[in-house]
Amino acid sequence: MKILVPVKRVVDYNVKVRVKSDGTGVETAGVKMSMNPFDEIAVEEAVRLKEKGVATEIVAVSMGVAASAETIRTALAMGADRGILVETDVDLQPLAVAKLLKAIVAKEAPNLIIMGKQAIDDDMSATGQMLAALLGWPQGTFASKVAIEGDGVTVVREVDGGLETVALTLPAIVTTDLRLNEPRYASLPNIMKARKKPIETLKPADLGVDPAPRLTVLTVAEPPKRQAGVKVGSVAELVAKLKTEAKVI
Amino acid sequence: MDFALTDAQEALREAVARICRGFGDEYWLERDRHGGFPSDFHQALARDGWLGICMPAEYGGAGLGLAEAAIMMQAIAESGAGMSGASAVHINIFGLNPVVVFGSDAQKRRMLPPLIAGREKACFAVTEPNAGLDTTHLTTRAEKRGDRYVVNGQKVWISTAQVAGKMLLLARTTPIEQVRKSTQGLSLFYTTLDRSRVEVREIEKMGRKSVDSNQVFFDGLEVPEDDLIGEEGRGFEYILHGLNPERVLIAAEAVGLGFAALARATAYAKERVVFGRPIGQNQAIQHPLAENWMELEAARLMVMNAAWQYDTGRPCGAAANAAKYLAGEAGFKACQQAVMTHGGYGYAKEYHVERFLREVMIPRIAPVSPQLVLCYIAERVLGLPKSY
Ligand SMILES: Cc1cc2nc3c(=O)[nH]c(=O)nc-3n(C[C@H](O)[C@H](O)[C@H](O)COP(=O)(O)OP(=O)(O)OC[C@H]3O[C@@H](n4cnc5c(N)ncnc54)[C@H](O)[C@@H]3O)c2cc1C
Repeated sequence: MKILVPVKRVVDYNVKVRVKSDGTGVETAGVKMSMNPFDEIAVEEAVRLKEKGVATEIVAVSMGVAASAETIRTALAMGADRGILVETDVDLQPLAVAKLLKAIVAKEAPNLIIMGKQAIDDDMSATGQMLAALLGWPQGTFASKVAIEGDGVTVVREVDGGLETVALTLPAIVTTDLRLNEPRYASLPNIMKARKKPIETLKPADLGVDPAPRLTVLTVAEPPKRQAGVKVGSVAELVAKLKTEAKVI
Repeated sequence: MDFALTDAQEALREAVARICRGFGDEYWLERDRHGGFPSDFHQALARDGWLGICMPAEYGGAGLGLAEAAIMMQAIAESGAGMSGASAVHINIFGLNPVVVFGSDAQKRRMLPPLIAGREKACFAVTEPNAGLDTTHLTTRAEKRGDRYVVNGQKVWISTAQVAGKMLLLARTTPIEQVRKSTQGLSLFYTTLDRSRVEVREIEKMGRKSVDSNQVFFDGLEVPEDDLIGEEGRGFEYILHGLNPERVLIAAEAVGLGFAALARATAYAKERVVFGRPIGQNQAIQHPLAENWMELEAARLMVMNAAWQYDTGRPCGAAANAAKYLAGEAGFKACQQAVMTHGGYGYAKEYHVERFLREVMIPRIAPVSPQLVLCYIAERVLGLPKSY
């Protein structure tokens, strides 16, 4: 079984994100970038399937600027076998990514795609679903448990109010939630080996996809600063304030 | 000229930092209170291959350079593990370099893999009570008897001798009166620490409680001749070979610890409000911290410069010594300033910086004192008369 794992280069989750002064986006110059944490979970899940003998090959794909190759290297160090970089300086929106992935699926014919449920930069949570629609494949999103059985995959999904279990027929798409697993650290020998694993570089045009944005970003702004709260001395005072000031009761 | 770390170096720094995140401040605070070798930390690094970072690939190492090792050691110290974390693995990183360079293939096969895998620990036994920095005047004797050497004498400050199964030992094989120069007649051994013939007594010390340092007494320790590294009588030369890399690593550790202290001080200076403003708004608080950053960064660059010289086969003595001096002093100043920035709280263990201050004294003092570095630079770089 071949597994495709898309991985995105995003601002590291430890970095305090700052909006560019001209409001066109967030500052990424000189900022530490890492693999999207949900994608790490996806890579981990794929590697575990390979270790169990269920998967035979894991292909990590990243799209974006040339430095995204480093994100692929991280996936290779965790245990993916080879990488594909679709290199472009265009700001990629979910639909463009889904189209590019569809073209890669045509080329690679994976049986399973495991991807993050969302990327922590724009939190769109759209690419997996769009790709499923474009391919006409079943999807198990927000997975907290994945089990391959025969030519199907059972996915336990995290939904509002509980867990839902769905059975999908392969090929299928799974998007990962936080509780699915705890990603491993790359070991030194694996980091060394990763540097020798192949990464194929393509351009969107090679895949016949026009990645131009379909949505226009008007402005990016900081969320309003949180105001300091009010301390109340007693329950009576709280109730009074809720009645007279907040007018909620 | 490119001063940036390569992507591969960034990746390995991140990987080490991630392992260290599993051993947080509370872990090291606990080790500082109650001692006990940080075995789980040592094992975590061994499991992922980090102890072999500089070891040749054919013996199970990664074959990377001193630059990568320095990045790793800085990351360990900077994580808050400080010298406790760094010293727990320090000897593994470059300590056995004399074996790598001068050992036979059979010796390397026997000695390196267990160390890299973390199955064995080693200690490094050079310093003696009656010789101090004047290493060639050490008096521990190794006398040849048949196919073995018999060792008698005493060492001091030997770190990790409580937990190590192996020892890299420098001892005199030819009495000093019988050699032309005092640097001759010393030999290097890598051998089993046989506790029936070696007594190890822990020294109670200022900091780094979890990584022991000891007085070591040799009472007829038998060392098979197979454990002699290189040729008899050339041990000092072999040790010298590893001294510069060791200085670079200890310097990297001091830089890391200094940055850890600076990070704590800076965070506290932003948070702590007195007289209606964060204390960090006062120049008397922020300027020394800015100075710490500049000094640490300058020391880090000297560390990387020395590592680059070593890795590219250039003479690196001046840069390695300068890095060790600059890093020790910058690290110390940063740790001291971090305590002062915290005011009274800086003196409380809970804020960690007092532990850093106690630990940063180690890379200032060892493996060579700041005075001796100054002597070296004066003599070797400036051409002034030798003073010691
Ligand atoms: C925590 C710790 C761990 C250690 N671990 C190890 C270890 O694992 N293995 C090991 O072999 N050693 C170890 N050491 C020993 C360390 O390397 C020595 O302490 C160091 O080299 C200094 O030697 P000394 O203590 O004998 O100082 P001394 O040689 O007695 O020097 C004392 C002071 O006099 C100064 N001085 C001496 N001569 C001169 C001169 N001519 N001009 C100017 N100043 C001079 C020195 O600079 C120093 O300030 C460790 C030390 C410490 C503190």
